[in-house]
Amino acid sequence: MAVSAPPRPDVPPAPPARLSGSDRPPGRLTDRLFQWAALGAGLLVLVILGLIIYSTLDHSWAWFQQEGFGIFRDDWDPAHGQFGAGAMIYGTFLVGFIALLISVPVSVGIALFVTEVAPRRLRRPVIYTIDLLAAIPSVVYGLWAFLVLRQPLADIYSSVSSATGDIPILKTLFAEPSVTGLSYMTAGIVVAIMITPIITSLTREVFATTPTPLREAAYGLGATRWEMIRGAVFPHSRGGFVSAVMIGFGRAIGETIAVALVVGSVQQISPHVLGPGDTLAAIVANQFGEATGVYQSALIGMGVVLLAFTLVVGVSARYVVARYDRRMGAVS
Amino acid sequence: MTTTAPTLGLTPGHRSRSRRIKNVIATFFIVLAFFVALVPLVFIVGYVVQRGSNLFSWDFLTQPPPFSARLPGGGMGPAVAGTLIITGAAALMAIPLGVLGGIYLNEYGGKKPLARVIRFLAEVMTGVPSIVMGLFVYTFIVLNTEQKNALAGAIALACLMLPIVIRTTDQMLALVPRELREGSYALGSRRARTIRTVVLPSAAAGIVSGALLAVARAAGETAPLLFTVGLVEDHTNWSLVHGINSALPLEIFTNAKSLFPPAQDRAWTAAFTLILIVFVFTIVARLVTTFFGRRTAVL
Repeated sequence: MAVSAPPRPDVPPAPPARLSGSDRPPGRLTDRLFQWAALGAGLLVLVILGLIIYSTLDHSWAWFQQEGFGIFRDDWDPAHGQFGAGAMIYGTFLVGFIALLISVPVSVGIALFVTEVAPRRLRRPVIYTIDLLAAIPSVVYGLWAFLVLRQPLADIYSSVSSATGDIPILKTLFAEPSVTGLSYMTAGIVVAIMITPIITSLTREVFATTPTPLREAAYGLGATRWEMIRGAVFPHSRGGFVSAVMIGFGRAIGETIAVALVVGSVQQISPHVLGPGDTLAAIVANQFGEATGVYQSALIGMGVVLLAFTLVVGVSARYVVARYDRRMGAVS
Repeated sequence: MTTTAPTLGLTPGHRSRSRRIKNVIATFFIVLAFFVALVPLVFIVGYVVQRGSNLFSWDFLTQPPPFSARLPGGGMGPAVAGTLIITGAAALMAIPLGVLGGIYLNEYGGKKPLARVIRFLAEVMTGVPSIVMGLFVYTFIVLNTEQKNALAGAIALACLMLPIVIRTTDQMLALVPRELREGSYALGSRRARTIRTVVLPSAAAGIVSGALLAVARAAGETAPLLFTVGLVEDHTNWSLVHGINSALPLEIFTNAKSLFPPAQDRAWTAAFTLILIVFVFTIVARLVTTFFGRRTAVL
């Protein structure tokens, strides 16, 4: 997942052509077969992506047909045959947004620590340590958050809520804290931990591409390290940084199991971030087992909507990088 | 020879106080960020080890859980077996295909439009949420074969691993110097032979490490298995295709929600087992790159 791919060397050289008869090296058939096999494996990506879109869309069509634009309504009620996904879409974005709010500053800090501050010897150990966070399975985060983290969080929520009871905006935002600790905020915190490694490693790569002459120029002008970072590293990294954040957001909205355990599973659009809600991925994980008919097709539809969001986020992240590469290419 | 002090303050000592203070504060927060990220890592690993290592034993790895969630004891035998065969089968499918796909991208495709499209789609595919992969395999395979089994779960995991392996292979092959290929051609090898005997071995460390990381990632996935493998508890099922199976992440997810402390204890121990498996793979992947390779895979 290189935000700024290292410059790809030229296409690998092809073997010399135009040898004839006995000059030809042996194994022509194997050569062909191997090439076709490789091509087939490459095309598999295309085929699988196509099948994912086709198959999920096919099985959720009943839902899209029944609800039409009603899929965006906030009226999830399987018992009465109403399947608006508004609450889940809202919850997905809210949780993703909270996660970014927490994760991005920390990730940028770690990336700067690795590229600018830490002694060279320490860089690899630091990177590996952060990557261990990515190695911990989602369900283990969920288990920990569900059994350990939520009670202390519930206590914090209730004191935050009462402390901000008189401040406009915040009093709505932090009203009605969840007693159980299951909430948008809890889900956001857990997801923030989970996406920190990916955002860190992407921003780290971007920061590392800042040309040494730029850094030296900044230092040469008498800049402190922080001034160098602000004046040379940040402006150079803007495009890659934006796309790193978007990729992180794409991961955040797709997080399933940990969120399914701690988001509270209440299907409502609520401004109270300390209260319970639900997300697209979480509701599928929690309710799919008991669903049949349109209910099931609605849940598969949640997957389609989620897929659409992640594709849009992923493709635009890529677009940002492409644009930025072209601009930087013109400068350097 | 008299020395005069420079009139312009260019040494660090001559910077204004506020700039120096800002620098110190910024450095403090940068270092702090690292320690902030360490807190959850230490807490989670600490909790899992503390709550999960007591029950951990050979019996836990091989025995089925008791027939009621209220009862203490028992193990996660079926889930351990399920995780092994599901992840193993997924790796057997995804790694050869992924390496082949990567070979196509770098060795045959290069900068051709088709290769660029596939490279782009592989990147998009790594972003497909794992729950969507589960829904895909459910609608495409489980509904058609009308049965949940380990193979369906393995296919879902393989779909998640495939783009990772493809992209790692592509990136690692791109680092192989072209002189090596030219040397091989000069000796009369065809392309396939050159790739097999010259290109792949010199990129092997990076590819192996990337594949191991992909396996580690897949072993911990829950969402793709939720609707595809079922949940068998009373016996160990080593079959890929006959009958429903189980996996450690599924058991953790189910038992975490249980109200009974013995079930929660089993969830912690299952989490301990899973983390052990995942960390071993991750660390071996790092060792491979440290000792045999020059570059690390970035997932």
